[in-house]
Amino acid sequence: MTVPEGPLDPEVIRKDFPILSRTVHDRPVVYLDSASSSVQPRQVLSAMERYYETTHANVHRGVYSMAEEATRLYESARVNVGRFLHAPDPEHEIVFTKNATESLNLVAHAWGRANLYAGDVVVLTEMEHHANLVPWLMLAEERGIELRYIPVDSDGRLDLADLDRLLDGARLLAVTAMSNVLGTITPLAELTEAAHRAGALVVADGAQSVPHLPVDVTELGVDFLAFSAHKAQGPTGIGVLWSRSELLEAMPPFLGGGGMILDVRLDRFVPAEAPRRFEAGTPPIAEAVGLSAAVEYLEGVGMERIRAHEVALTRYALERLDDEFGEDCRVFGPPAGLDRGGVISIAYRDIHAHDLAQVLDQFGVCVRPGHHCAKPLMRRLGVPATARASLALYNDEHDVDVLIEGLTEAGRLFS
Amino acid sequence: MPDLQDLYREIILDHYRSPRNRGELPSPPAHRVEGYNPLCGDEVVVTIEVDGGKLTDIKFAGVGCSISQSSASLMSAAVKGQPLEEVQRLIRAFKAMMSIHEATLGDDVVDDDGSLADLSPEPVDDADRYVDPASLGELAALQGVVKFPVRIKCATLSWNALAQGLDELEAATA
Repeated sequence: MTVPEGPLDPEVIRKDFPILSRTVHDRPVVYLDSASSSVQPRQVLSAMERYYETTHANVHRGVYSMAEEATRLYESARVNVGRFLHAPDPEHEIVFTKNATESLNLVAHAWGRANLYAGDVVVLTEMEHHANLVPWLMLAEERGIELRYIPVDSDGRLDLADLDRLLDGARLLAVTAMSNVLGTITPLAELTEAAHRAGALVVADGAQSVPHLPVDVTELGVDFLAFSAHKAQGPTGIGVLWSRSELLEAMPPFLGGGGMILDVRLDRFVPAEAPRRFEAGTPPIAEAVGLSAAVEYLEGVGMERIRAHEVALTRYALERLDDEFGEDCRVFGPPAGLDRGGVISIAYRDIHAHDLAQVLDQFGVCVRPGHHCAKPLMRRLGVPATARASLALYNDEHDVDVLIEGLTEAGRLFS
Repeated sequence: MPDLQDLYREIILDHYRSPRNRGELPSPPAHRVEGYNPLCGDEVVVTIEVDGGKLTDIKFAGVGCSISQSSASLMSAAVKGQPLEEVQRLIRAFKAMMSIHEATLGDDVVDDDGSLADLSPEPVDDADRYVDPASLGELAALQGVVKFPVRIKCATLSWNALAQGLDELEAATA
């Protein structure tokens, strides 16, 4: 696939996204909430529609032609998603789930239950999304595993001063690749090296990173990586767990039912090989087709170009926020740079995030107020909530300008 | 489409900037209830004193958006000093005002012509059939919240805490 040269043009990109031509309160929508869920190009929508119009049938066990075709599409999607992650062996390493949260629960239940017992140590960070925190808290409650936390410093970066002590004796490091609140891109490859030296495996939450920067699971060295299709311009209802095939082969099943067995009798069952062992029941086939179309779309644009676009746009946004509002607007997370993604959480004066988001809605601007499923991080930052704007390949400087306009109006209304 | 003036009416902004009855009554003897909205992080602490069948004193504390805080302030001004029957009536009337939009859920998602259903909340011009705004005094200013359903939980947070507190007091003396 040949990727175009030069920087991407968001105006050209936007034309591929039908929803971006709608209006909100008679104004063009300014979608700045891709960290929560992204919007979809018509290539993804058409692929799913075409699937349902021409090829839908249940997968993996049919003899008739349509079933064969559907199976080919589903398994091609598996390979395409693996290629997107630079996985060495996608057919045996990609598991389709419902979303990143389910992927992480799969690791906690299938790998965790078979490998972690009372007193075993799992290292997490203070910036984890609840999806990569609650499953481990559940295991802690259920069987007394010990949880340790890498702290977050005042710049929103991980404080690695104590890393070796935290990892000492640990069985697992569960860490986000990019914070959904701070935009911090963690030094995942280095963390993985340190974890492996300590004898621990690494499960990475890639929900924010996979859609926004090139991800190579071999380079990173992680053992598990999760992401959601709907945050990567794909459909809702499908997510991915990538893991090394020998790890998956050694794991007991997660959900039980059809499709994940080799044999079932009244007194026992034999699970199927990985990755099918972890795909119980009829999978989200149309969604897999949509996800495949999404990664193909992103590859066509080029992940390096997307990353470069977001680096520049994030710098523009942070500069404009500083120029317009100075100290009145607190931006959480690291300053603009290469260890930061386009996730921008702010506190503007003492205006509550809900109220900010409400006023911004009048301008057609979509930002998300709240704790962003990262309550421990909110407590660490000392705020109950932030308003979060997040950038993607279809955003441009004009979007940032409207955001500034809306914030100014909020300041006026609540002064 | 509803605009912001429906939501942020002057009374609401006034109560947000200058909240009435802010603080915490010492408890005991006052009864203390915490309310919390896990979706967004709004928190409220309501402390109430009941004597001789009346809500003799009330204060609220907390952290939250302008709707949750102004609603708590408006509530405290409306119920302070009132007989308990009147407090319960106000709670019922306020909740009725806030639950208007639920009546419109459950319609078809897809219209006859194939388009998605009209998703904007019902207009509240005929809110009178649910509750007489005149009976709510200043509280009627919060009527506009129903056009922004996501914010309803902000508005009812302190009211639910108050109702819970009164229930707990009743159970304790039963």
